[in-house]
Amino acid sequence: MTSHVPEVPQGPVKTTRAPWLQVRKDPPPRRSRLLVALAFVLPLGLWSAVSYLPFLWHPLVLVTHAGDESVAGPYDYLATDMLVERAVFEARNDELSAAGSAGEGLARGVPKNPIYLPAPHEVARAFYTAFKTPPARSGDLWLHESLLHSCRVIFWGFFLSMLIGLPLGVLCGTFGVFARLTEPFVDFVRYMPAPVFGALAVAIWGLDDAPKIAVIFIGTFFQMVLVVAGTTRQVEGSLIEAGQTLGCTRWQLLRHIVIPAALPGLYRDMRILLGWAWTYLVVAELIGAKSGISAFLYQAQRYKQFDNVYAAMLMIGIIGLFVDQILALIGRHAFPWQQRNRGKKTGAGKMMGLMASVIGRVGSAPAKPRPEERAGVASGGVA
Amino acid sequence: MNENPAGGPASSALYLTQSEAVARRFLALKQRPVVLEVKGLGKRFGANTALADVSFNVHRREFLCVVGASGCGKSTLARILAGLEQPTSGTMLLDGVSACDEPGAERGMVFQGYTLFPWLTVKRNVMFGPRMKGLSQESAAEEADQWIQLVGLTPFADAYPHELSGGMKQRVAIARALANRPRVLLMDEPFGALDAQTKAQMQRHLLHIWKNADVTIVFITHDLDEAIHLADRILVLRPRPGPGNPSIAEHIEVPVPRPRSHEQFVTPEFMAVKKRLEEWIHAPTTEMREDGYEENLPRLRLTQVGDEVE
Repeated sequence: MTSHVPEVPQGPVKTTRAPWLQVRKDPPPRRSRLLVALAFVLPLGLWSAVSYLPFLWHPLVLVTHAGDESVAGPYDYLATDMLVERAVFEARNDELSAAGSAGEGLARGVPKNPIYLPAPHEVARAFYTAFKTPPARSGDLWLHESLLHSCRVIFWGFFLSMLIGLPLGVLCGTFGVFARLTEPFVDFVRYMPAPVFGALAVAIWGLDDAPKIAVIFIGTFFQMVLVVAGTTRQVEGSLIEAGQTLGCTRWQLLRHIVIPAALPGLYRDMRILLGWAWTYLVVAELIGAKSGISAFLYQAQRYKQFDNVYAAMLMIGIIGLFVDQILALIGRHAFPWQQRNRGKKTGAGKMMGLMASVIGRVGSAPAKPRPEERAGVASGGVA
Repeated sequence: MNENPAGGPASSALYLTQSEAVARRFLALKQRPVVLEVKGLGKRFGANTALADVSFNVHRREFLCVVGASGCGKSTLARILAGLEQPTSGTMLLDGVSACDEPGAERGMVFQGYTLFPWLTVKRNVMFGPRMKGLSQESAAEEADQWIQLVGLTPFADAYPHELSGGMKQRVAIARALANRPRVLLMDEPFGALDAQTKAQMQRHLLHIWKNADVTIVFITHDLDEAIHLADRILVLRPRPGPGNPSIAEHIEVPVPRPRSHEQFVTPEFMAVKKRLEEWIHAPTTEMREDGYEENLPRLRLTQVGDEVE
């Protein structure tokens, strides 16, 4: 038989673009960065479009000129600077033209969105002025001081929760005795929403920060015990058995195998739970003497300053993202052996990493060889 | 002991004949003190008997292999010997002392899956056992360096496990177990997950380590070539043991001379042992025929006519 060489197509090799939809594969780095940027640009663009394009939505009309006010009718309450529904505005103009008014006699106005949807620039301005505006009463806190106060409440609530929840959770995940003894009760209390403890907390600790810290503690602690126990239980049994055959005592197993093996997972849990702490903060700060960012939010809400409401929400989002970002960065350095699992990182974690590369341009990752690549080359040499 | 498996054809007794040098070796081996003595060990999981009446001795610096078809309780035996599981009956003596109830440093174990601690470097993995025993950081490090050198991984002492290949990981696992200076090193299909080439390389490494360290090895495998290549003696386990049907089918003294090499795979002694083992392992049992799939493979054809491959 003659050997048959299959024909190889000649000519320049075409570089094929990777398809956009690939199951379980990360898009190429440039595309990833683009997508992460779009994740923020698209909602912002949509918001801008709805705010600035008068033909999009805008169900209300801000009356700039009321027209001939002598014409009576069911809609004659229309006045300058009034915000009315478009149908009302048109009905008034019908009224006016039916009465023979024209030109200056007709009402004029500009299309508007409802008050609860301020335009991006208004929110940006509110964000800026919120920090610039001195407190209305002397002795009150500036906004940045309130924010710091909120952070302090979160820190103490969460810190106390970790102080007890982490060790207890690890013990539950390691020893069945602790699990049986605590988990049923913890599971039971977990279903009681933290805010219902608010009244109790005020009765016990008064109006200051203590009840607020207590609510955050209650909101995170019971979840934490269960989550930490679950993560601890996921430590591979083979590692524990390896430790046993290497002569570990019970406490050595806990100290030298269970805890280090669970640590990256626990760190991730803490990051997620910290997010929950923020959720409880907004409730906690309204307990007793209103304080912090929630007091600001509450105030803005009451006076329908929705630009301020959005600004406050943005602040919480930015602080949360920033803190989580820093924690992620620390985590990457604290657990170098986890490098391999980077590909398996959660979507959120991945996004944070990419955010860092977009915002700070620190993400020149491909230029730095990863350790496993180094090892791959070296092991090739040995084998 | 030397009955014929399942009444099959009488296999040639060549596997029993030992050259003078080999016979001398076995005589010397049996005069060494017994490190591990297993007496009447049995294990039941509910109604299933995994192991029945297992009894054998392992002498100091012996290399014992345990073979058997899948599901015959090889891994269970290894786990019981390591103390990770409790036997239902029988005892096990380590240097004459009962050692059934708890795992301990005197019985090292190398698992099939990679069980290196991912948060520790190679060196710290190897130092782990000595450190747990209370050795100082310095002396543990010194100890570890020696073992890492013996398994040939000195350049990787500071690497993390995820940076190593499968074969390298198992070498670290061996070094880690040996750094504890165990009386017996138990190995449960340690090379089962490796490709053929790496496996051959690892077998060479293991024989080298065994020769140069004071270590007694009990090696579990389903690979017959591997067992004959490595072992002084081979324990053949029978599937589906039960009362009156003990787990150990035969205790074979491998007549292949040492030092061993992969060229010996075609020598008459090697092939004779392999033939004998295959008779045991592949002996048709009535239970295996029960579903009838092997006997009458379905005559179903899903290819085009004229597209034969055989």
